[in-house]
Amino acid sequence: MQEKIVVKDLYKIFGPKPDQAMQMLRSGKDKDQIVRETGMVVGVQKANLHINAGEIFVIMGLSGSGKSTLIRLLNRLIEPSSGQVLVDGQDVASMDPRELIKLRRRDMAMVFQSFALLPHLTVLANAAFGLEVSGVPRKEREARAMKVLEQVGLGAYANRYPRELSGGMQQRAGLARALAVDPSLMLMDEAFSALDPLKRTEMQDLLLDLQREQQRTIIFVSHDLDEACRIGNRIAIMEGGRIVQIGTPDEIIRNPADEYVRAFFNGVDVNKYLSAKDIADADAVPVFKAHGDFANGFHDAIERLRAVRRNYGFVVDGERKLVGTVSIDSMIRSLESGSTELAHALLTDLPPVNGNLNLRELICRIVKMPYPLPVIEPQGQYIGAVTQTILLKKMAKEELSHA
Amino acid sequence: MRDFLPIGEWAEKTINFILENDHGVLENLGDVVGEMTALTEQLLQLVPDWLLAGIFVAVGFWRLGWKFALISAAAFVVIIGTGFWPATMVTLALIIAATLISLLVGIPLGIAAALNRRINYFLRPVLDFMQTMPAFVYLIPAAMVFGLGRVPAVLATVIFAMPPVVRLTALGIRQVNKEQVEAGITFGCTPLQVLLKIQIPGALPSIMAGINQTIMMALSMVIIASMVGGGGLGNNVLASIQRLDIGLGFESGLAVVLLAIILDRLTESFGVRKEERIARRQGGQGQES
Ligand SMILES: Nc1ncnc2c1ncn2[C@@H]1O[C@H](COP(=O)(O)OP(=O)(O)OP(=O)(O)O)[C@@H](O)[C@H]1O
Ligand SMILES: [Mg+2]
Repeated sequence: MQEKIVVKDLYKIFGPKPDQAMQMLRSGKDKDQIVRETGMVVGVQKANLHINAGEIFVIMGLSGSGKSTLIRLLNRLIEPSSGQVLVDGQDVASMDPRELIKLRRRDMAMVFQSFALLPHLTVLANAAFGLEVSGVPRKEREARAMKVLEQVGLGAYANRYPRELSGGMQQRAGLARALAVDPSLMLMDEAFSALDPLKRTEMQDLLLDLQREQQRTIIFVSHDLDEACRIGNRIAIMEGGRIVQIGTPDEIIRNPADEYVRAFFNGVDVNKYLSAKDIADADAVPVFKAHGDFANGFHDAIERLRAVRRNYGFVVDGERKLVGTVSIDSMIRSLESGSTELAHALLTDLPPVNGNLNLRELICRIVKMPYPLPVIEPQGQYIGAVTQTILLKKMAKEELSHA
Repeated sequence: MRDFLPIGEWAEKTINFILENDHGVLENLGDVVGEMTALTEQLLQLVPDWLLAGIFVAVGFWRLGWKFALISAAAFVVIIGTGFWPATMVTLALIIAATLISLLVGIPLGIAAALNRRINYFLRPVLDFMQTMPAFVYLIPAAMVFGLGRVPAVLATVIFAMPPVVRLTALGIRQVNKEQVEAGITFGCTPLQVLLKIQIPGALPSIMAGINQTIMMALSMVIIASMVGGGGLGNNVLASIQRLDIGLGFESGLAVVLLAIILDRLTESFGVRKEERIARRQGGQGQES
């Protein structure tokens, strides 16, 4: 696989005398000691990374661990104190300003936590900003910007101003601005952290869709474990400016490098011995009998779902084996096509979870699936449903009993 | 001898020295300023009083609605009716000239101070000094260098009125959202592009507030500057004080206050966004989208 970014021994010290702090680091002092003795802050220390072309690489860590600093060193929004950042083999850290500007215009884009749209420009002009900066004529840049706005579902809002948009829509515009320059490299610093959970999943889906269409290299800073598992091909964990572990989500969950990383995935490990059937909730999702509940068509089932404000229900047969899922939509659709056959409304693309699946794996499945999942016995009998909420509640309870 | 520190004497010597050795720079500056002020004055007097007043009222209607248009119309009736229109125009010309110079110098200074720590470091105490000195203190050196008349009046006003726009320009630029600036750099802006496309537009409300304050300070200073022969309403105020003429004092004072209200509200209205203006006009109900 081709390496898009290589980071070699990268350091960033905030303060007047970086060399002195580097010396202290070499002699074994840590971040806290250096702040105490000199007032200088170690932002990033001894970072080494290889990021492949086309992968989504997530950087995680607690607040102040240096995530934002590291991502800003990649496009030199922050000047490195020492080390190299190679993008396609070119060293960003030692480029002269002209080359750097050229590289940024051609190959890089960034999405920000606060969206950072320009309030005095329309959504269209914001999306076209990167092209405007590099001198693309108005007609052409607006056409290209319009195309990406449509891609992110903002076509109708092109002539609005950012303040007229909701947070989620503003971040779509931020994403459009980045996509419009067609960069091979996208940097995203907590791009979705300011959004509510629903909007966040929506944006993650959008990002994954876009990524399927066109493979870009994406560096994504996040402090959200679910997010990292969901979108990351690989994850790097940072602590105190150091990168303490790099690996796929699975690798890191299975073999945390140290206590810090373990603590990060705390909820997961504590629940190591639980499996899906232990937390499945039989009442979370309505259950219909395939023979009986649909005797009079779909109306009764639709009414029942509406009464409990659910969109889905699971269907079981006479032996309580799971047959499939029905949704209000699917039932209405088959009514509209004149059919009252259950088979017509049955959705079978929601894969059931085996009751013996352990929680670690369940977590990685459920973060990719925002709906309730049916849990079944190995023989196929329906046990109950798990949702993200049920899972979180369980984990929180374990957490408390261990504290 | 009581004074062992003859600072006043030194100041006088310094000014004389500058005058003798500046190769006519100050004289040329004075000429330019004088010409500019005279031209503005002539322009204002060229337009008939009712037309100019009408223009002000129309702009007031456009920016602030019919209530303000009515108030300003009434104000102009008072100014014209008391016979203070010509003097008001002289004062307005002084204000315009002084404000233009203040902005021409002050906005770039503010930008420089925002972008460069060292410039900011030096400018700060200078601005503090300029603002805390009593207003008429500037009149003496100004008159010594430029004689009596419009020129020292305008230049003393510039010194007194410039600090707010410098400060608020610098403040506005420094307060532009950090991630917006980063966005600019990320997408390949040159430093000049960052300034023109992000920082100045972002700082505009603050800069407009600075312009408003500068205009208001220019107005107050222009009145005081009649002591060095600035002319205009200040002359009437001064005369009324010297002669204890209550009627004249009241009328000229009223003209000053009315002019101040109109200028303040009008220039302020250019600093806020359109929808905020509408919201204010509708008594804060605003328009929810
Ligand atoms: N401009 C700066 N000057 C001095 N110290 C800084 C500067 N920027 C960041 N730091 C320090 O560097 C360290 C890393 O900061 P950074 O912003 O990279 O953390 P982060 O992991 O992004 O945290 P968060 O999750 O809160 O965004 C922190 O200790 C921070 O205080
Ligand atoms: Mg951060």
